[in-house]
Amino acid sequence: MAGIRIEQVSKSYKSVRALQDVSLNIMPGETLGLIGPDGAGKTTLIRIVATLVLADQGTVEVGRYDVRRDYRKIRNIMGYMPGKFSLYQDLSIIENLELFASVFEVRIEDNYDLIKSIYEQLAPFKDRRAGALSGGMKQKLALCCALVHRPQVLLLDEPTTGVDAVSRREFWETLAVLRQEGITILVSTPYMDEASRCDRVALIQEGRILRTDPPATIVADYPRPLFGVIGGKTYQMLQLLRQYPYAYHVFPFGDCIHVTDSRPEGTPAELQAWVAAQGIEGVQVTYIQANIEDSFMDLQSRTTL
Amino acid sequence: MREHSSIYARNLTRRFGDFVAVDQISFEVSVGEIFGFLGANGAGKTTAIRMLCGLLTPTSGEAWVAGLDLFRQAEEIKRRIGYMSQRFSLYNDLTVAENIRLYGGIYGLRLADIRRKTDELLERLQLKDMRRELIEELPLGWKQKLAFSVALLHDPAIIFLDEPTGGVDPVTRRQFWEMIYETAAHGTTVFVTTHYMDEAEYCNRVSIMDQGRIAALDTPAALKKQFNVSSMDEVFVKLVRRQR
Repeated sequence: MAGIRIEQVSKSYKSVRALQDVSLNIMPGETLGLIGPDGAGKTTLIRIVATLVLADQGTVEVGRYDVRRDYRKIRNIMGYMPGKFSLYQDLSIIENLELFASVFEVRIEDNYDLIKSIYEQLAPFKDRRAGALSGGMKQKLALCCALVHRPQVLLLDEPTTGVDAVSRREFWETLAVLRQEGITILVSTPYMDEASRCDRVALIQEGRILRTDPPATIVADYPRPLFGVIGGKTYQMLQLLRQYPYAYHVFPFGDCIHVTDSRPEGTPAELQAWVAAQGIEGVQVTYIQANIEDSFMDLQSRTTL
Repeated sequence: MREHSSIYARNLTRRFGDFVAVDQISFEVSVGEIFGFLGANGAGKTTAIRMLCGLLTPTSGEAWVAGLDLFRQAEEIKRRIGYMSQRFSLYNDLTVAENIRLYGGIYGLRLADIRRKTDELLERLQLKDMRRELIEELPLGWKQKLAFSVALLHDPAIIFLDEPTGGVDPVTRRQFWEMIYETAAHGTTVFVTTHYMDEAEYCNRVSIMDQGRIAALDTPAALKKQFNVSSMDEVFVKLVRRQR
C-alpha cells in the first residue's frame, strides 16, 4: 500500500497564500484527518495531492510516484471524492458507477466486495438519476465511484460538511471499514469532534499546519489547567468568568463552560470559591480533559499572537 | 396566544405533489427566545423555514409570524424578519459599505439612517478600515458576522439563521453565538438551524424535525433528561435512528 509524503509545499492564488510550507507524512494504511475551518487550505492541499493543482514549491509523492512526473500512475491508485458533488447528474446511479469503472478499465464486479456494504443501500434506486438523489445518497454514490478501482489511497474533501449528525456517524463507520482494508485515507473536515475517528490529525489554519499528532496526544498536551463550569445561564456566566483574574481562555462548550487557568497551580476549588463570592450559587467547577477544539483554539491563539 | 407569540404555527403543512415535506407541524416561539430548529437532512427544515419567511405558500394549517398572518400578510412578514444563511448572505463583488447600503435600501431605510447605521455597525464589528474592501476579500468569520449584522439592519422582530456557523473556525463560531445572545437579550427572536450539536445546547428550546414532523421539542436540559443521555448529540442520534 502507498502512503503520502508532502514536503514543504506552498501555494498562492494571486495575493492569497493558500498554503505555507506544509509538510505531512501519511503512513500506508493510516487515516489522517486534515482539520480546520473554511479557507484554511484543506481543499488546496487535497487537490495538490490529487494531481489536479500544482504546488508553487515543495514536493508531493504518493507511494513512489511524484505528483508532477507520475500523475497518471497516481491517478490509477487513487480515489478522490471532491467537496462538491461532481458526478454526472443526468446519469443514473448504475450508469455513473459503470462510467467510473470503464474509465479505470475495471468491471464493477472486480472490486465489488469493497463497495458492497455501501452499494447495497443504493441498489434499490440504481436507475434513479444522480441529480434526483438526496444528499446522503449522493455522497454514498460518490464514495462508490471513488472506490470502484480499489485505490490504495483515498482522498476525501469534506465528505461530512452539511451532513446531519447521524449521517456523519454512519459515514465514519464506513471509513472505519475501508481502513480495515488497508486503504490510506486523507480526509478533511471542519468538524473538530471527528478527530477521534482518525489515527492522526493535522490541525490547519490559514495555510499552516498548527500540529500533526494522534488526537489523544494533542489533547493530553494541553498546556494549562482546564476546568469545566456547569450551572447558571451560559451568557451571564461567560461574562462573569471572564472577570476571573486568572482566566486565560473562557469558551462555551454546549452546556459547559471551559475555563483555562493562567497559572499551573490553579485549582477548580479556587474558581468555585471565587464564583460563590460573586453571589452565584449552584455552580460546579471540576477538572476536565481538553478536547480537540480546546487544543485547536489554544494553538490558534499562540500562532496569531 | 398567537398575537403574543413571535411565531405561532398550527398544523402547518406543505405538500409537493404526493410528497408531504412538512406534515402538520405545531409550535410556538416566544419573543426574544433563541429557538433551535434541528433535523436530519431532508427532514423538511428548509421547507418549513421558507414558509415561515413568506417565501413559500403553505398547503394547509395556520401560522402567525411577528403577529402577522402567514396566509394573508406574507409581504408584510418579509419586512419584519431578517434572514441569513451560510450559502448566501452578502454580495462578494460589492464592498462592505455597498452591501450595507444595498440591504438598507431593500428594506426601505432612509439614506441618513443607513449612513448612521453603517458607521455604528462597522465600529461595533471593528471593521472600519475594511469599509471599501470587497466582501470576497474578507475572511469567512468576518463575513458571517457582518452578514448577521446586515440582516439585523432594519431591526426585525425575528431573525432566521440557516446554518450560520458552518465551516467557521471555533473561536469565531463562539463569538458568533455571543452576538446571538446579545440580539436575543434586546428582544429579537432568533430562529436558528445548525449541524453543530454543541450549539443546540445554547438555545432556550430546541425542536428536532424528522420526516416532515416535529419529533421532539423542549429545552435542551429536558430533552437530555427525556432521552436519558448527557448531550444533545446523543439526543439527536437516538431520536433520528429510532425513526429510521
